[in-house]
Amino acid sequence: MSAVAMSAATSSAEPALELIGIHKAFTGVKALSEVGLRLYPGEVHTLMGQNGAGKSTLIKVLTGVYAPDSGHILLKGRAIQPGSTLEAQQLGISTVYQEVNLCPNLSVAENIFIGRYPRKWGGVGPIDWATMQRRATKLLARLDLHIDVQKPLSSYPLAIQQMVAISRAVSVSASVLILDEPTSSLDEAEVQLLFKVLRSLRDEGMAILFVTHFLDQTYEISDRITVLRNGVREGEYAASDLSRLDLVNKMVGTPVDASAAGNALAEHADITPAANDGEVFLQARSLGRKGALAPQDLDLRAGEVFGLCGLLGSGRTEMARLLFGADKADSGEISIKGKPVKFSTPRDAIGAGIGFCSEDRKKEGAILELSVRENIILALQARNGLLHVIPRKRQQQIAADYVKWLGIKTPDIDTPIGSLSGGNQQKALLARWLATDPQMLILDEPTRGIDVRAKQEIMDFVMALCRKGMAILFISSEIPEVLRCSDRMLVLRDREGCGEYLRGQLDDASVLQVIAGESA
Amino acid sequence: MNSNLLSEHDKDNASPWHGLQQALRHPLARPLAALAVLLLIDFFLIPGFFRIEFKDGHLYGSVIDIVNRAAPLMLAALGMTLVIATRGIDISVGAVVAISGTVAATLIGGTVVMHNGVPEYASNIPMAWAIAAAMGAAILCGAWNGLLVATLGLQPIIATLILMVAGRGLAQLLTDGQIITVYYKPFFYLGSGYLFGLPFSLFIVAGMFIVLALLMRKTALGLFIQSVGINPVAARLAGIRTAALIFFVYIFCSACAGLAGLMISANIKSADANNAGLLLELDAILAVTLGGTSLAGGKFSLVGSVIGALIIQALTYTIYSLGVPPEVNMVVKSVVVFLVCLSQSPEFRRMRFSPSQSKSLP
Repeated sequence: MSAVAMSAATSSAEPALELIGIHKAFTGVKALSEVGLRLYPGEVHTLMGQNGAGKSTLIKVLTGVYAPDSGHILLKGRAIQPGSTLEAQQLGISTVYQEVNLCPNLSVAENIFIGRYPRKWGGVGPIDWATMQRRATKLLARLDLHIDVQKPLSSYPLAIQQMVAISRAVSVSASVLILDEPTSSLDEAEVQLLFKVLRSLRDEGMAILFVTHFLDQTYEISDRITVLRNGVREGEYAASDLSRLDLVNKMVGTPVDASAAGNALAEHADITPAANDGEVFLQARSLGRKGALAPQDLDLRAGEVFGLCGLLGSGRTEMARLLFGADKADSGEISIKGKPVKFSTPRDAIGAGIGFCSEDRKKEGAILELSVRENIILALQARNGLLHVIPRKRQQQIAADYVKWLGIKTPDIDTPIGSLSGGNQQKALLARWLATDPQMLILDEPTRGIDVRAKQEIMDFVMALCRKGMAILFISSEIPEVLRCSDRMLVLRDREGCGEYLRGQLDDASVLQVIAGESA
Repeated sequence: MNSNLLSEHDKDNASPWHGLQQALRHPLARPLAALAVLLLIDFFLIPGFFRIEFKDGHLYGSVIDIVNRAAPLMLAALGMTLVIATRGIDISVGAVVAISGTVAATLIGGTVVMHNGVPEYASNIPMAWAIAAAMGAAILCGAWNGLLVATLGLQPIIATLILMVAGRGLAQLLTDGQIITVYYKPFFYLGSGYLFGLPFSLFIVAGMFIVLALLMRKTALGLFIQSVGINPVAARLAGIRTAALIFFVYIFCSACAGLAGLMISANIKSADANNAGLLLELDAILAVTLGGTSLAGGKFSLVGSVIGALIIQALTYTIYSLGVPPEVNMVVKSVVVFLVCLSQSPEFRRMRFSPSQSKSLP
């Protein structure tokens, strides 16, 4: 199948941009190995891969941020070695990043021409505002965008700002346009507007490299797809030849036989929901937030691990944050043990007996300069309130107990948590929540970036807690892990729930079908 | 912090020096050393600097004078410490000083009444009420700052800049740009009175310090403030009411400034809306920095800030006593501050240490 795709992709034209055998390692860790990529004029080529697959590294190599350890970059057949983004841009490779990197307080026209304002008197005089505005208007009109270029950029919605960034990118006579997750903060209508622009640029002969993690968008806009996994190119395919299932399969890397997957689904279809034993601890009804998660129902039972399964950006973390009150839901209700509640801050959720281990340990979890002890008792102290300080002796006891129980490797409990290894930090953060004696624990990627042993230990603790009657919401990019641990799971795709399953109803193969949106 | 750098180097040095080095590594070692050096200079250059006499029923001497005059700054620095620890800054301290002084002076003023045939000044309204009103005004200012920073999410320096400008303007409006003189004697006690032979202002500072120290020990305030200063996102997710906490520290800082304002106007027996507490915020920020609290927020030291305030006041006193013209004062002050800050810079220490180290190694 992939052989067919390869041949279909090979077009007669010369590639606008070609990468051959790119290697890149960071202090011994291979980020890219023998990666190739061909980008033809007049195509939208999507680069796909899971978190850590090497997409960003590849783009940084392309745009001169990193120098490859070995390999070649050919631009229209000529070898280039861009040393900086500016150099890459001068060569004709323009990049629009995920976060719009323009100046919101400057006018649209100024943003397009920043750093190269047209000047009067043959380029030495004062800035020629009239020319600048005329040219900006013309450039935007090319993207079918008719707006007042004198208004500040910030007065326009994000999608328009994104277009301005694109028009700035194409105005420097680019032949290659790289878009790094341009749609991640756009709504559906805005995405359509962006795609319209991309199509018209493509028809003009521009070679466009598009990075996204949205499957629907990939199929809507792409001519061809290159999949990366663990720093290796999985393959290059014509979008029309690659089924969604195959795509997900290539990204995740578990061999899937479509028919066997279908059989597995059929086999388990008659399993009746048996796991109804625990009482429903948390019930959410059409819980959602615009741009984060479509309204979704959810029941979490005591003594049950509930898995959220989906690709990065599918709405897993968003769901967790809504349940914890970290973000405000704009639709739906939550009730705890049948009583309606409203979580407007994490504090409210903690009060209701919920704990939340965030996926970003450094930014949202550990208070790096504080000691292990202070980090462990923080949530408990916060719940007790300002005035009911936990006596020092008791703090030491709590911290020492968890250090011992979870096997946290630290010189002593007054060591700053920042000097511990990732796995031990994660254990200490788990201890922070366990110390509050929660009835429900949300674990968002609890095992990311930590070594295998710590990973196993953490999962063992989680399962033990669950058996004692805690409700657990478990999120992980590692789908086999979710399948193995969860009694019940919700599959999410493109910020929308697409089916709840009991243990055994899905296996490694069929879950990918659901994620890919091919489970009829 | 920078002390970590030293500890890395000295780890295997288990010599008799170890204890001393440990002491030197204490965060307060630097500010204390700076103060000691300053006092040593005073000892040599100013005759009778450390002499303390008992005159007119109270202690009298240069040291007493420094401590007395440093009182408003110490108060402001205590308040500022908490604000800075939450990654904030409050540059409206001077304006709040002007407001509280003006409110108190206007309400107290002093009208002549004949008492047994002797003319005496009486307060316009009971002094306790006037002081309460002044403190209320200060707390209101703090609530305004807190609202802008905690609720509306403005950058602290901009949010408090508004009050810095508007507050002094408001005080000037209240006084019509005039200096309001206070004639009511009991009010002066706040600024220049003595209790048990010591300046009364010192007791106010000590009281505030003890209250704060108790808050740090008996409540979780210190832990929460540090958490919010180091990682506000994680602190919120751990269940800390970050907004309420930030709101509180701005109120507390303004209350300290208000108290300082009362002291200052009681000391000069008037309210000078134009000059009272002018640039006090900068001295307070300086005191906090000198005391070893990083402007990046997080860990903080209340004792350090008090020492910082003493350094600044001792410096001012030294400059005046040596007969340096007041115009030069600012320059000298900035040079000293520059030196102290330089000694706290990890970059500078690396520059200073690394060449000598490479020389000693073959």
